[in-house]
Amino acid sequence: MLRTNLKHLNSDEELQSFIKENENVMICCGRMGPMCIPVYGAMEQLEKNEEYSAVKFADLDFDVPAANFIRLHPACRMFTGLPFTIYFKNGEVTKATSSIQTKKQVSGVLDEVFK
Amino acid sequence: MSEAKRFDAIILGAGPAGLSAGIYLSRAKKSVVILDTGIAGGAPILTTEIANYPGVKDALGYELAFIMKDQATTFGCEIVDNVEISSLSLKDEQKEVVTDEGTFVAPVVIIATGGVPRTLNISGEKEFNSRGISYCATCDGDFFTGKDIVVVGGGNSALEEAVALTAYASSVTILHEFDHFQAFKSAIVDAEKNEKIQFIMDCKIESFEGDESLKGVKISDNKTGQSRVVPVTGAFIFIGYLPNSALFKDVVTLSEREEIVADEAMNTGVSGLFVAGDVRQKRYRQVTTAVADGTIAALSALEFIER
Ligand SMILES: Cc1cc2nc3c(=O)[nH]c(=O)nc-3n(C[C@H](O)[C@H](O)[C@H](O)COP(=O)(O)OP(=O)(O)OC[C@H]3O[C@@H](n4cnc5c(N)ncnc54)[C@H](O)[C@@H]3O)c2cc1C
Repeated sequence: MLRTNLKHLNSDEELQSFIKENENVMICCGRMGPMCIPVYGAMEQLEKNEEYSAVKFADLDFDVPAANFIRLHPACRMFTGLPFTIYFKNGEVTKATSSIQTKKQVSGVLDEVFK
Repeated sequence: MSEAKRFDAIILGAGPAGLSAGIYLSRAKKSVVILDTGIAGGAPILTTEIANYPGVKDALGYELAFIMKDQATTFGCEIVDNVEISSLSLKDEQKEVVTDEGTFVAPVVIIATGGVPRTLNISGEKEFNSRGISYCATCDGDFFTGKDIVVVGGGNSALEEAVALTAYASSVTILHEFDHFQAFKSAIVDAEKNEKIQFIMDCKIESFEGDESLKGVKISDNKTGQSRVVPVTGAFIFIGYLPNSALFKDVVTLSEREEIVADEAMNTGVSGLFVAGDVRQKRYRQVTTAVADGTIAALSALEFIER
């Protein structure tokens, strides 16, 4: 399990219901390692500051079977950099990014896709 | 507008240097804030494993960083990460840092902003970043299992990472701008004896080519000028390091390599302004040397405050 203060998605059922039950969703799928930790950190801060209270944040371990949904998702098929970060609105993917992102970049995407 | 927050010392950068300085100053009962434009922890959180930090055997980079961060906050040091700095005034007696989290004022500032990997700044580099181009072998190596890749660079990192990447890739071609390497002999020997590694020396990287993802690297021969495309789906770039010193260029002296010049006590020459860690002009850049710099800068700052 990832050592973050975010909600962890552990199974495919949890992942699917999280996407289905929430209008605006951001999921970071990565490992506890380089490039990924800064993205979790930015998400934790954005969640804590309630700057984006309409968005639900979660992480997903890249190496659990449930991650296949994101690893193999067409939006991520060209990605070669961890983590894969994916944004859903009403169950549909609206954006996906690969590799490290700063808080500013993450906020930029959240503004672009959810505001 | 909210009032400025006053401290005994402001530290810019929460890597090993900044955190060490924070530990020493807050333990000496000084009020300290560390401001970081990224996430607290610094380069170690971009490192898989750190095996050469004495006293902590085989630590994961982020674990070591989190311990240092925790240690600093335990002594009362405040850490504000992911800040955006809009202006700095570092020459006055009371120095001021204006951020999106408010204005911070102190008689002492320690610059510990580290550095970032150098990029080639050529066509296709941004476009194919994380779609074939990577700066981290340990993070992204397994995406290139069974693929042909290149490693750009000729120093220790390039050669060591090229060898590491042969665990995944079917072939690794090292592209280097000179006809010789600037690495330790052992790193060169290890790369040369690896059957999966080929070398293209004395070449210039012109551009990265592809469509949705990287398909090749266009290079030209430095002697003949002839260009060609090396067909690969992955490129790892290890061409050195760029100090995060641009913000301070009008205030302190920079070396040719844009490192901040300081004396043995980490004084920059500007009263109350100190520097520590990888952003400083020095020969060796390691966690141990950053921690040593941070300690010295904090003790010098302490002397300055109590003067
Ligand atoms: C991939 C990799 C592997 C490594 N492996 C090892 C190893 O095994 N052993 C070892 O000893 N060393 C290793 N190093 C080197 C070591 O990590 C560095 O020497 C050390 O982290 C330097 O510490 P620092 O505090 O000076 O800078 P950094 O660790 O770079 O920290 C600087 C901090 O400043 C922040 N910052 C940047 N600009 C600003 C600004 N304008 N304002 C405020 N904050 C800012 C950054 O976000 C960062 O958090 C490795 C480095 C890398 C990149």
